[in-house]
Amino acid sequence: MSWIRMALLGLIPVLVFTAVGSALAQGAAPEPGPGQPSPGPSAERAAALRNLLVQDCGSCHGLTLRGGLGPALLPADLAGKPPAYLQATILYGRPGTPMPPWRPFLSDADSAWLVETLQRGLNP
Amino acid sequence: MRRLLACLLCLAGASASAAEPLRGTGDLGIVVERARGSVQVIETSTDTALGRVEGLGDLSHASAVFSRDGRYAYVFGRDGGLSKVDLLTRTLAARVVQGGNSIGGAISQDGRLVAVSNYEPGGVRVFDAATLAQVADIPATYGNGQLSKVIGLVDAPGQRFVFSLWDAGEIWVADLRDPAKPEVRRFKDIGRQPYDALITPDGRYYIAGLFGEDGMALLDLWDLDAGVRRILPKYGQGGERLPVYKMPHLDGWAIAGDRAFVPAVGGHQVLVIDTGTWQEAGRIEVLGQPVFVRVRPDGRQVWVNFALPDNGQVQVIDTKDLRIIQTLNPGLGVLHMEFEPKGEAVWVSVRDADRVDVYDTATFARTATLPADKPSGIFLTDRANRIGL
Repeated sequence: MSWIRMALLGLIPVLVFTAVGSALAQGAAPEPGPGQPSPGPSAERAAALRNLLVQDCGSCHGLTLRGGLGPALLPADLAGKPPAYLQATILYGRPGTPMPPWRPFLSDADSAWLVETLQRGLNP
Repeated sequence: MRRLLACLLCLAGASASAAEPLRGTGDLGIVVERARGSVQVIETSTDTALGRVEGLGDLSHASAVFSRDGRYAYVFGRDGGLSKVDLLTRTLAARVVQGGNSIGGAISQDGRLVAVSNYEPGGVRVFDAATLAQVADIPATYGNGQLSKVIGLVDAPGQRFVFSLWDAGEIWVADLRDPAKPEVRRFKDIGRQPYDALITPDGRYYIAGLFGEDGMALLDLWDLDAGVRRILPKYGQGGERLPVYKMPHLDGWAIAGDRAFVPAVGGHQVLVIDTGTWQEAGRIEVLGQPVFVRVRPDGRQVWVNFALPDNGQVQVIDTKDLRIIQTLNPGLGVLHMEFEPKGEAVWVSVRDADRVDVYDTATFARTATLPADKPSGIFLTDRANRIGL
């Protein structure tokens, strides 16, 4: 069964809620309705996302985001790259590379927050 | 005069013992605190922490090897830092930042050389284990002069280091008997994107796992002319891989007698390989994507941890009949497991709970717990005298 099909069948949320993910998934910000501005993640959610960024993204990109198996993600590395493109990379991964799709754990608002945080710098 | 000398010696002895009683190193180890850039020195006889050594830099994905006397840990940090930690005095004995981005290392058969594998600049650098002065540089060149990231670096008999080139798909065997002139033998086209490797405990077989395609690459170090051969070539063929949220690891702890236990890449399985034929001998379904698959020193149990979203759990396989006998829930972010030398207990790092737990491997009861700051790797000194660890 393909990943996409599993997601469509709703198996992913089940998997997610069984374990970790829980902490992350439960805090996922609700999607804004059409025409409404994204409210951005809650403070609690932002803390969980920051932890994800440092600890889990850090597994491949380095805790200080200077790169590892994956490329460096410092503001200088991401300068000029369209946020939508970076968000798509986070949510859908990069086929042919080890970068996986983080869609099961992240909402659009989450990925927007991550990209904004990365482009501004984790510790500005 | 003689009496005076004896008295001076006795004074010297007294002052040393006043500072700290004499002790051995066989029950010592370290816990990496990845975000804080420190290690805790632990002791497994009474399950306590002896102290902390700070200032080791970015320790994401950090690993360590030990001097043969078990006194020093060489810690390999992500930021290219190579730190020599004195477990007895709990101080930083030496430290160099030797590369921009590194992934692990190994100590030579004779204990005199420490090698580090680097992502940036791609290659292996070799250092004097006493002083950390660089003695050799082996750039991982391929194609039109590009440098490849290097992974899966291990020590091998014959004062050799063996490692794999992620970008190039090659395995290199470097002979360091003369550190000034490393002799490198290259094996090309071993498969796409080797992600990690192990060497069997006898130092004979080097096996690299492939991320970019199915199967593993096997090199018999007793017969280099036979070249690299592919094993488990059909593994996963035709099936669609799940996304991988954490690269699996391979290490020498995966071998139990005539069987090897390795994590499937992008699958919820542990693969069993017959080490006589290197054919698949079974698969064990587990609850998530395995990251570490570690065999208890007596070979009877295999402990497995998992990638997101299942990284709060650990499963235990009984190797006698290849079935899961226990599922534990230590807490989110189980990053590593390290057995005590004879396997009666295992140390488990639980990152998000800022804790290291000790489990009895017979009863599965938690017997001790120690606070640690975002702990990841746990390394005990009995690794000092094992090939490939």
